[in-house]
Amino acid sequence: MIDFDRVVIRYPKASAAAIDTVTLAAPRGAVTAVVGPNGSGKSTLVRALLRLLPLSSGRIAIDGADLAQLERRTVAQRIAVVAQRESLVFPLPVWEYVALGRHPHEGPWAAAPSRTDATVASALDRAEIGALAHRSTDELSGGEWQRVRIARALAQGGEALVLDEPTTFLDIAHEMAMFELLARLAHEGMAVLLVSHQLNLVARFADTMILLHRGHVAAAGTPADVMRASVLESVYEWPLVVTRDPAIGAPALLPLRNRGPRSPFQAP
Amino acid sequence: MSAALRASLLWSGVALVVLIVAIAAIAYGAVPLDARAVVHAIAGRGDPVTVAIVRTLRLPRAVLALLVGAGLGMAGAALQGALRNALAEPYLLGVSGGAAVGAVAAVALGATGAFVLPLASFAGATLAIAVALLVARASGGRADPRVLLMAGVIVGAFANAAIMVLLSNAPPNAIRNALWWMMGSVGDAGWLTVGWLAVYVALGGALLLWFARDIDILALGEESAAALGVDAARSSRSIFLIAALLSAATVAAAGLVGFVGLVVPHLVRSLGVRRHRPLIAGAALVGAGLVVAADLVARLARPPAELPLGAVTALLGVPFFLLQLRRLS
Repeated sequence: MIDFDRVVIRYPKASAAAIDTVTLAAPRGAVTAVVGPNGSGKSTLVRALLRLLPLSSGRIAIDGADLAQLERRTVAQRIAVVAQRESLVFPLPVWEYVALGRHPHEGPWAAAPSRTDATVASALDRAEIGALAHRSTDELSGGEWQRVRIARALAQGGEALVLDEPTTFLDIAHEMAMFELLARLAHEGMAVLLVSHQLNLVARFADTMILLHRGHVAAAGTPADVMRASVLESVYEWPLVVTRDPAIGAPALLPLRNRGPRSPFQAP
Repeated sequence: MSAALRASLLWSGVALVVLIVAIAAIAYGAVPLDARAVVHAIAGRGDPVTVAIVRTLRLPRAVLALLVGAGLGMAGAALQGALRNALAEPYLLGVSGGAAVGAVAAVALGATGAFVLPLASFAGATLAIAVALLVARASGGRADPRVLLMAGVIVGAFANAAIMVLLSNAPPNAIRNALWWMMGSVGDAGWLTVGWLAVYVALGGALLLWFARDIDILALGEESAAALGVDAARSSRSIFLIAALLSAATVAAAGLVGFVGLVVPHLVRSLGVRRHRPLIAGAALVGAGLVVAADLVARLARPPAELPLGAVTALLGVPFFLLQLRRLS
């Protein structure tokens, strides 16, 4: 559904391209995950999808249609993006915040949706935050806030969900619950495109992984294709082993303590 | 009780309070009147002297104060939302200062027409907000509300200096006029001023209400706004221009009245209003009431002298600003 086709993105004054000829596809019904070290260009992809950065070349397509030619509202009706960070200066009750997800579908003079609006209620349910509906957004824990943001994205009613590091600051239980939710949404038919640091979690939940390294695709394919020690070691520049998750057999990465002559603190 | 009923009761109550304050403001003066005499005089009935006092002096003054408050309240509500900044308001962002430079320059050039003056103010206000935003961005601090405020205060100081330079050679009368601008007053109100300010406030207010849904989204930040289909850069530019127009018109009519745009949106939010359409509408009403009340205080405090209106709103606004600043950090 979302296709990046040989996308190149160059920041002004930067010598190297932040994204260099990246091709990837996020189809419906699957979790597609983009992973990679800090600065590899993961978030740049999301900003480009939001049209906050111009493409130097290549194109991004939504069901074959060029993103640059589509109305922003039309895109927002079909693709919901949960950005990496968001904080509210003026707190809102949770349900009102979730109702803002209806914005792309409303005219400027439309009445704001109510608490009982079907789409809003269903978004609260699907993100399992019905109990929080009347809480204020400044009274939520980190995990609750992430779920509330996903509920807002679900209220957008699109067919694709794009998330930039949705589990930063979450503990293990919340992290797992978040990935279970994403897997369920993909199972229900959504295209889920995810940017994440959590290689091991991604390997258990994603259908396709794309490993970015300095703006290039270093590896892409199923988790088994991408989670190979030789590939990951060269990308992360750290010694590691890949084992198996004992429960479902998914590949799992284990970074090693560096006992060689080189101190880990000299690593780039 | 349903939410809609509660809201309409609340706003009827607020409107009633504003009306009572406005009547009190018209009733109070060198010749004190009672409320009934005020209402009769507005309708043109009763003692002709009273009718003349009310209709040519006190009513335009009260209406001008209402309009100034409505304009500043709406501009503040829009700026706070679009800039995601609880401290934003026209005066502190230097917008009003820029507008004053425009107005003083127009007067210095002899252009005091009813339509030239607000437009000259608008040019100054637009330049000021553009400079404040650019300075804040250059220091990497659009995200930090305090950096933007600092940029605004610097622009305001520069505007003050520019006014002083413009006036350095001016006759004493012009200097007195300019001082009046810099301290804010609705004392010289006339129906002509009220008329054109009403046009600007109605136009600016309608435009802001049109953009109110976008402001709800802009308040979530650039990335989330983009995710919801709003072109943040373009929408915020329009909103800044409208807010600058509203502030400029109030400055051209009544000079620099600070802090109204800061205080009013917070008061309306404290009544449980979150979305920007009701917030902007509520800010118009509460702002109108606040400035009429401030003008009444300005006349009541040390009769027969009048305090500058801008001084009264600053005395109220500065402690409020400090309170907000503490909350922020």
